[in-house]
Amino acid sequence: MAPQQVKPVGGFSFENYTRNAVLETKGAKPPKATSTGTTIVGVIYDKGVCLGADTRATEGPIVADKNCEKIHYLAPNLYCCGAGTAADTEFTTNSISSQLELHRLSTGRKTRVVTAMTLLKQMLFRYQGHIGAALVLGGYDINGPQLYTIYPHGSTDKLPYVTMGSGSLAAMSVFESKWRPNLTREEAIAIVSEAIEAGIFNDLGSGSNVDVCVIEENSTDYLRNHVRPNERGIKEQSYRYPRGTTAILKESIRNFVDVVEGDAMDMS
Amino acid sequence: MNFLDSPLSKPAPYVVAPIEHRFDPYEDNGGTSVAIAGEDFCVVASDTRQSNGYMINSRYAPKAYKMSSTAVLSCNGFHADGVTLKKVLEQRMKMYKYSHDKDMSVTALAQMLSNTLYQRRFFPYYAFCLLGGVDADGKGAVYCYDSVGSFERENYRTSGSASALIQPFLDNQVGRKNQQNASTAPLTLEAVLRITKDAFTSATERDIHTGDNLQIFVITRDGVEEQNFPLKKD
Repeated sequence: MAPQQVKPVGGFSFENYTRNAVLETKGAKPPKATSTGTTIVGVIYDKGVCLGADTRATEGPIVADKNCEKIHYLAPNLYCCGAGTAADTEFTTNSISSQLELHRLSTGRKTRVVTAMTLLKQMLFRYQGHIGAALVLGGYDINGPQLYTIYPHGSTDKLPYVTMGSGSLAAMSVFESKWRPNLTREEAIAIVSEAIEAGIFNDLGSGSNVDVCVIEENSTDYLRNHVRPNERGIKEQSYRYPRGTTAILKESIRNFVDVVEGDAMDMS
Repeated sequence: MNFLDSPLSKPAPYVVAPIEHRFDPYEDNGGTSVAIAGEDFCVVASDTRQSNGYMINSRYAPKAYKMSSTAVLSCNGFHADGVTLKKVLEQRMKMYKYSHDKDMSVTALAQMLSNTLYQRRFFPYYAFCLLGGVDADGKGAVYCYDSVGSFERENYRTSGSASALIQPFLDNQVGRKNQQNASTAPLTLEAVLRITKDAFTSATERDIHTGDNLQIFVITRDGVEEQNFPLKKD
């Protein structure tokens, strides 16, 4: 009897894997995913952690989204910046966020940063780097502010200031020249913004605006478009077409309702 | 068994394996150019960003060159080949001047550029050129080329990294394609400049290799004028 193929109950579907492998040997190009270029950073300061990201999403040399969100919600006290394949960062953070919510419901405690970090790295390691998510995880728990980087293969770093993505070198140059221990909240936001701007202007994969997220013991502030250094100027002229510019090739008007004349309404 | 007798101690027989040699003399330095011919003028515009991959090499590396009082050449593709091509053309233009005691017309320069490119048929200049100017009759002229010398005179053309974004815009606004009851009056210099600037600000929004500065050459019977405008730098 031929072996029965059993559909998996959860997780990824690999049913097209063999077919696609064959197609690739015959010269078919696999589809391209959105966004590899990004600048994301994080820094720990005296009483919290500050995350930053640019807002450009690219598909090869083309800008796919000029104002996307790269700082993802994990828990009220936990946020995560994503670089790499846009879909992978989105779905990985969503999935871990859901697991953390269930974990909170079950334990009744505030989520710890290490919990999220461990879940993320275990998932990424399981998929051996095929999930192209490079993350900067920041949060505040009973152990104070913490900051991690998580690489697509599942390795992690725990550092006071971190950068990731194609703009990571530009951003790190700012941290390496300006960072010092025990920054204040305002200084942290300023240094994060400057690091992201370095990525925006010097890395072609990064651009548009600066998003910032500040997490402290009892507050989380998501500063969407905190800096907007790339407003588009006004155009030289209007490109509104006069009525009748678009050719009409065919016109057909049909009645879908029969209008039956009735008696005049009694208006008395 | 003694180790010296074992097959492990014998050196592997020498085999002549093919050694992979690679020679990558080309780079893509991005950037975009536009050339539009008017009734009695021509506009040639290029952005000045020079990039490689995700890196910006320079925010002001012009790739359009004034060749004579009636011609401007812009070279997209590999910057070094563009510079070399311009240098070779200048040499050959001098030779022409000494032989014929007159400056080259754009028409003549256009044919010479094609010949210069085809001379390198099997090791081409990685340069996609646009040549703009006013011809002997005082009419605006645009010549566009591929990297091995195939060329054509046209009324408007864009080349470079954002050409696929700009060409349909020019087809519509300069060629007045897909428009019913559109005016057929020739475009004024002011209108051409407005369209050129809008083409570049829009291309800068969506093409990562285009930006920083816009260099515009206006060629008329009276000579070549240069203008510069800032573009977005992200």
